[in-house]
Amino acid sequence: MNKIRLIGCEEALNRLFDYLDHELDETRRTEVEQHLKICRSCYSRAEFEKRLKGRLTAVGTEPPSDEFGRRIRALLGGF
Amino acid sequence: MKSDPEDRAFFEQSVVQLLDRLFGAALRLTRNRADAEDLVAEAVAKAWAQFAALRDRNCFRGWLFRILTNTFLSACRRPHTVSIEALAEAEADCEGEAAFSIFERLHQPFLLWWDGGPEQDFLNKVLREDIERALDALPEAFRLVVVLNDLEGFSYQEIADMLGVPVGTVRSRLSRGRSALQKALWEQARDAGLSAPKPESADPRSVEHTEGGSL
Ligand SMILES: [Zn+2]
Repeated sequence: MNKIRLIGCEEALNRLFDYLDHELDETRRTEVEQHLKICRSCYSRAEFEKRLKGRLTAVGTEPPSDEFGRRIRALLGGF
Repeated sequence: MKSDPEDRAFFEQSVVQLLDRLFGAALRLTRNRADAEDLVAEAVAKAWAQFAALRDRNCFRGWLFRILTNTFLSACRRPHTVSIEALAEAEADCEGEAAFSIFERLHQPFLLWWDGGPEQDFLNKVLREDIERALDALPEAFRLVVVLNDLEGFSYQEIADMLGVPVGTVRSRLSRGRSALQKALWEQARDAGLSAPKPESADPRSVEHTEGGSL
């Protein structure tokens, strides 16, 4: 792991979505986490974006109708 | 294809497990239930036809969503819709536009006494239907990456592989898609008179959501 630097708000916000999407390497992730611990504003921003992302994730699941469920089972049954 | 009963059982079980997610993604891609049903059925049939070529069963989910995505994008399915050029155009339209952030519009750093703050209050009032509507309004190039990442949880690399574009393109489309999504949510709320970031609206009961939920 590389040396952890202190980063400012601008850099933290630039990395925020990569951070929330789990796309950062360990060093860069730790740097963001350190900043969120000491900066109330960026912490609030991160909490907001995380919650909004959670709301989006919930939309990704939608039970199909019973009729369609039967259609898919019939399709699978024919394989 | 000669079907091995064990293959068949694995395939069937995996599809059934993923069905709510497949349908959720398909619904946001096609934006209507009938097309979403046809898309899922077609993708499942194609997946079975190609199943023997899947080497690592741990990759089943990504593999199946890739087939779903490609089926959605295939030109023959939707003769009138979006080509690569149209995707590029949608991106160019957003060029130079600053990212839109609901948080930046609403956050009031000095309102420390207000639990959660106006931005959390905003999220409390946003309904699933509002999010669906905002998603449906996104240009397809952006909607696709937002669906695959935010809704279905695929990594930038997985999405890049599915769409055959560089990771950097996924990242930039995602960021523009999110910005456009937040803008749409913001405008929907504004039009419904919901977004006034004033302390007197701190009590969620004081700002009623539109009847039936749709803004
Ligand atoms: Zn900060």
